[in-house]
Order: sequence, then C-alpha cells, then structure tokens
Amino acid sequence: MNFKRVKIFLFEKKTLCFKYAKAFLHGTIALCVKYTKTFLLGSMVLSFLASLGADKINPYWLYIFYDIGISIVMAVSLNLINGYTGQFSLGHAGFMAVGAYTSAVITNQFGDLSVFAANGIFAVALLAGGLAAAVAGLLVGIPTLRLRGDYLAIVTLGFSEIIRVILQNMEAVGGARGLSVMHGWTNLFWTFGLAAVTVYVVAALVNSTYGRGFIAVHDDEVTAEAMGINTTKYKVTAFVIGAFFAGIAGGLYAHSKQFLTPGGFGFMQSITFVVMVILGGMGNTIGVILAAILLTLLPEGLRMLAGIEHLPGLATERPLGWIGDTRMIIYSLLLIVLMLTCPQGLFSFKKSSASK
Amino acid sequence: MTEFLQQLINGLAFGSILALIAIGYTMVYGILRFINFAHGDVFMLGAFAGFYLAPKIATVFPLPSITGALAVLVVSMAVCATLGVLIERLAYRPLRKRPKLTVLITAIGVSLFLEYTGQFVFGAAPKRFPEILPVLPVTKLGGLSLNSNQIIVLAVTLLLLLALRFIVLKTKIGTAMRAVSFNPEAAALMGVNTDVVISFTFALGSALAAAAGILWAINYPSIDPLMGILPGLKAFVAAVLGGIGNLPGAALGGIIIGVTETLVSGYISSTYRDAIAFAVLILILLVKPSGLLGKKEIEKV
Repeated sequence: MNFKRVKIFLFEKKTLCFKYAKAFLHGTIALCVKYTKTFLLGSMVLSFLASLGADKINPYWLYIFYDIGISIVMAVSLNLINGYTGQFSLGHAGFMAVGAYTSAVITNQFGDLSVFAANGIFAVALLAGGLAAAVAGLLVGIPTLRLRGDYLAIVTLGFSEIIRVILQNMEAVGGARGLSVMHGWTNLFWTFGLAAVTVYVVAALVNSTYGRGFIAVHDDEVTAEAMGINTTKYKVTAFVIGAFFAGIAGGLYAHSKQFLTPGGFGFMQSITFVVMVILGGMGNTIGVILAAILLTLLPEGLRMLAGIEHLPGLATERPLGWIGDTRMIIYSLLLIVLMLTCPQGLFSFKKSSASK
Repeated sequence: MTEFLQQLINGLAFGSILALIAIGYTMVYGILRFINFAHGDVFMLGAFAGFYLAPKIATVFPLPSITGALAVLVVSMAVCATLGVLIERLAYRPLRKRPKLTVLITAIGVSLFLEYTGQFVFGAAPKRFPEILPVLPVTKLGGLSLNSNQIIVLAVTLLLLLALRFIVLKTKIGTAMRAVSFNPEAAALMGVNTDVVISFTFALGSALAAAAGILWAINYPSIDPLMGILPGLKAFVAAVLGGIGNLPGAALGGIIIGVTETLVSGYISSTYRDAIAFAVLILILLVKPSGLLGKKEIEKV
C-alpha cells in the first residue's frame, strides 16, 4: 500500500471538491447578480408555495425556518452597513426592537380577521415597523456620522441600549414584563419572501452606479471624500436602509414568537448578527446568508446531539448529554477557533481587499 | 445639600470602581488598538477568585480583617493577571497582524467563553460574597453617613491609580509601554520587546480589573457569572468618554459616569440608570468626537 499516493489522491480529491464548491458558489453569485429580478420572483414564488404546504412541516422545524429567514434579513441588512460601507454598527438589535414593538402594537389593535385582511394588515404593520426603525436609524445616523471606527461602534451600541431601557420603561408596551403579540401571522411566505427582497435590494443597491459609493466609503473614506463623494450621505443611507430591514425582521420576529421582552434585543443579539456578517465574510452576501443559516442551526444541532438517547457501541444513556450543558461554551470556542483559523470568513474564497 | 453630598460620595465610590476597569480597556486600546471585550469578564473572574480563595486565605490570615482583605485582594489580582496574560497569549497574539475586526470578534468569543464557562463551573445562581472586611459602624459626618466600605473603595482606588502612574511614568517597562503605544514598529526597532510589553499590559489591566471585582463584591456582595457585562460596558463607555488610550481620561470618565448615574438615579428616575452612561457618552462625543482628554487623530493620506 503506497501511503504517499493515497495521500496525494485524497489531497487531489479534496482540492477538486473545493474547486467544485468554489465554482458552484461563484456561479450562483454570478447568476444571482445577472438575474436578480428572476431570483427575486423565483424566491417569492417558492416561498409562497412552501407556505401553502407549511402545515405538513413539523412546527418545531417551521419555527427554526422562521428564525433562519429573520436571521438572513438581519445579517444581510447589517452587511450593508458593516460589510459594504465599512461602518461598524453594534446596535442592529435595537432597530429590530423598534420594528418589533411598532408592528406588534399595530396588529394588537385588531381581533380575528379573514386571511386576506390579516395579511394586508400584517404587510402594513411590517412596513410601519420598518419605517419606524428607519427613522430611528436616521436619528442615530445623523449625529454619529462625525465618528469613526470604534467610536461609532460604541455609540451604536449605546443607542440600542437606550432603546432597550426606554422600552423597559414604557408601560404602554408592557415595560420589563414584556408584550404579548396576539397574532402569529408570520409564515414561510413572509419570512423568505422578505428575505429575498432584502437580498435583492442590498445586491441591486451595491451593484448600481449609486451603490459604488458605499464601497468607496468602505475602501478609503478620505479618498472617497476627495473624489467628491458625499461620504456622510452614504453612511446615513446605509444606516437607514439597514435599519429599515432590521425593523421588518423585528416585525417578523414579533409575529413568530408572539411575545416580546426588551431584554431579548440586547447587546448579545446584536453581537450574534455581527458574528454572522463576519463569519460570512464582510461584504459577501451569499456568504452572509450561509453564515446566518449555519449559526441559526448550530445551537439547534447541538441541542439535538445532546438529546440522542443511544449511540451504537456505547452502553451509557444519552452519551452526548453533556453537550446540553456546554452548548454555549462549544459555540464560543468555535467562534474563537474559526477566527484564529479562517479570519476572512467561512465562505469567502477570494482574497479580501479590505485587510489593510 | 447633605443629600447631594451623600449621592456624590456614593457616585464617587461607584465611579472609582468603573475607573479601575476602564483603565484596563484604555491601556489595551492604547497599545493594540482593539477593544478587549473580555475585560468585563476578567472583572467577574476577579470577584470569583476572591470568593473561592477567601476560605483558603482565612486559614492563614483571620477573616474579616484588614490584612486578610488585602491578602484576598492581592491573590485575586495575581490570579487575574495570570489569566489576562494567558488570554492574550492564546487568543489575541496569533491574530496580532490580522484586521482589527477579527480580533474584536475573537475578544467577543473569549468574553462569551468566560461567561458560559463561569455559568457551567460556578453555577448560574448568584453567590454571596463572604465578609472579608470588618464592618465598622457607619461614621456620621455632619449629617453624611460614610460607609467604611466606601472609604476603602476610594482609598484603594487612589493607591492603585498612584501605583499605576508610577509604573507607567517612572519605570523602564512603563517607558516601554508608552513607546509601544506611540509607535509599535519604531519601539521594536529600538530594541523594545513588544511581546513582553503587551503581556505586561494585559497583566496590569487584568490585575486592576480583579481589584475592581473585589471592591465591587465588598460593596454589592451578590456575585454571578454575568455580573461583568454591564459594569464592563459602562467602564468601556467611560474609557471612550475620557478619550480612549488616555489613562487619566479613563479615570476621569469612570468618575463622571459613576457620579452622573448615581445622581440621576437618585434625583430623577432609577429605572433609567442603565441608559445614563450611554446618553452622557453620546452627548460628549457629539461635542468632542475624540473624548474629553483624547487627542484628535489627524488623518494622514
């Protein structure tokens, strides 16, 4: 047995797999960029069809699917701010909270409605949530545009904490006790349809003539300014659009969980979305989508591993039960190890021009 | 007026604890230019080191007593200094040349790791910190009631800050620290061992965080593995407020945040107290974007 040859063979196999994966991803990206409108329509039709068959899906999985869709909206919209425009926002969950509470307050005004009316009201509520969050984004964006880098990060974090504390003190929306949302109107059509819209808007925006400005601000703010680009305007635009979609994601979240607490939109939530953007590779929409899916599934996957009753060849009951207690430790360790081994993000295949 | 002075003293005690944590943030930022998010958790570990070591120390020094409390403080500072060096060595050093964001996310990972490991090892339920200081009767001073613990917090903070000032300004390693923070490449070319300086910075910052942890636990004796998050965030805000990278700025920022928060929660509304630090920060950054004592960085093209 010639080990060396086997090794080389395996290596070739591996690189080949890698090449195929790379080609596939690049192809997908190219297709999505070229046929963005087709992609948008296709995704919406698919998610509509899927929502028709939703009652055949295990509810547990259905809610995980909702989480995935919401994570995609959050991560892709944050990617516009953090990835493409290069501003470091640590407060995305704050905008989500604004959208969630606004839409929940609106839909709570209504009782039982027919399917048609319910979906109409839901659309209006989601839009209102998005607009409220966009206004919040504008309020955050205008004063913070003077700041750069870490200062901006901490101010956005500060704003989201202030939003949280204000919600905690608003008795009209339940304060710290939380707010029950009466209608569970979130379904596969809304989550994935809106995820597709987010992906489409961000991709179309960044690939447009206007959108080059975002990348210019990311690459070199001083040069961009010197070339006559209104960097301030681009930064605020990125903030407002990002916040708008975060607000919509908040609305989806509110009508999927049906219970909101201000604590659910804290610093940790924002961090989760930042991690998705960074693991996906900043400014790489496909990668960010994959990271959002992966990171939403990871805790569930670990939970399932912990729940396995028997493993073949092992006598002990629930041999992986320890994962249940150490789930979050594993998650944080994975995060550190990933950053140490592939800092460009998991799904980034090209060399980043961002590393200066 | 007496009530105002009373609130002021409470605020000073709280603010000086924040100042001790803020200095760790600002030192690391001054040298490595990244936010060490795990610093608040080192503060938590300091309190827990005191919690677990106090019974052992009690066999040597009787507790509660001044010497015993000092022993607890010193031992927990030493434990956390070691931990800080370890964290830097294992998680941050391999990323030294990488983009800042990568290091930031790693720091968040380390922070989560410390919190969840803390919950797993220490248990998530709050623990009662043992009394390591003799409880002195409350001193009445013209209507003011001075808690002996508050005086100790102020005294210890002052001593530690003076010691830090001495280390940074008068010793060889302190000069090296300033050199590295000014220009790491040039310092390395001049023969400064940057790795040693960075390790020392982490040790110093973590020791101060541990001291803050013990002082916190003396004043608010309920400790839990997530106790570091909010003080950590506020201390970080304090560091930014004073101008990040600037040592006196961090101390000043800590005091400002502590006093404002206590005054606002005393006079206006205590339910908004967690938002105060951020509101103050945003207001000051709007006027002075580089912080109170920070230098304006000139963008070179």
